[in-house]
Amino acid sequence: MEILWWRGCPSWEEAIDLVREEMAAAGLDPDAVEDREISTEEGARTEGMPGSPTIRVNGRDIQPPGSNPIGLTCRVYRRRDGGTSALPDRADVRDGLMRAMEGSDAS
Amino acid sequence: MQAKAATLQIGTLVPPLELPDTKGNLTTLPLPGEAPATVVFWTCNHCPYALAWHERLTDAARDYAVAGVRFLAVNSNDAERHAVDSLEAMRERVANENWPFPYLRDEEQGAAVAWGPRTTPDLFVLDSELRLRYRGAPDADHEDPAQNAAWLRAALDAILANRAPEPAETEPVGCSIKWKQ
Repeated sequence: MEILWWRGCPSWEEAIDLVREEMAAAGLDPDAVEDREISTEEGARTEGMPGSPTIRVNGRDIQPPGSNPIGLTCRVYRRRDGGTSALPDRADVRDGLMRAMEGSDAS
Repeated sequence: MQAKAATLQIGTLVPPLELPDTKGNLTTLPLPGEAPATVVFWTCNHCPYALAWHERLTDAARDYAVAGVRFLAVNSNDAERHAVDSLEAMRERVANENWPFPYLRDEEQGAAVAWGPRTTPDLFVLDSELRLRYRGAPDADHEDPAQNAAWLRAALDAILANRAPEPAETEPVGCSIKWKQ
């Protein structure tokens, strides 16, 4: 589980908390989250970060980035209720974790 | 350019504002005494905070239009850094979403330097004499539509009743202004 974040977008701490909570709920070690601050445009390009926060499970984004541009910007997440937010839907984080766990089980 | 941006104090007269809307029409603040209150807010097309609060701001604009309150939305972001904040993208958004207020393009970022918005959104609520009476966020939580821009509405209610808004300032929350490099 990896979180790429940029300090210029204020939702990063909430995102880390959210992911840790969902990992704990899934029976995983919440301290296993790798959170990495991205502070330059070059770093964002190198990482392919479509805005902050970007959350990946086994390298796979929990939500397709859509029109979010690569760079130091706040990421727009589509919520399941149709709205937009600076944070992903909790259910998307959970589903991402479940997919990864099922994938691990099958391999 | 960011380091030069002003910090407006509550109670001071705000700087002039003259910017084109999405149709190219130059738009200004009302003349002193022309509107009982005016809301100037910085916003943009790419920021999740600005997007999340947008409907609450359009609702407030419609609700307070009957009292003569004017709303002006300003986008100062560098479109070279965020193409989605270009004039063309602003135009598309206004056309598709039936905005109840003009969406002004601050291409040279002069208005942002003069007013000093810190984030999108960042609200400046003026009284009839164009003095700054409230500055900050629309309400306490961009994630909660039930907040209904409560801080903004309270500020407008106070100004319309000739009282000082309380609080007069809150911390703006959102994305940074994308200054030209």
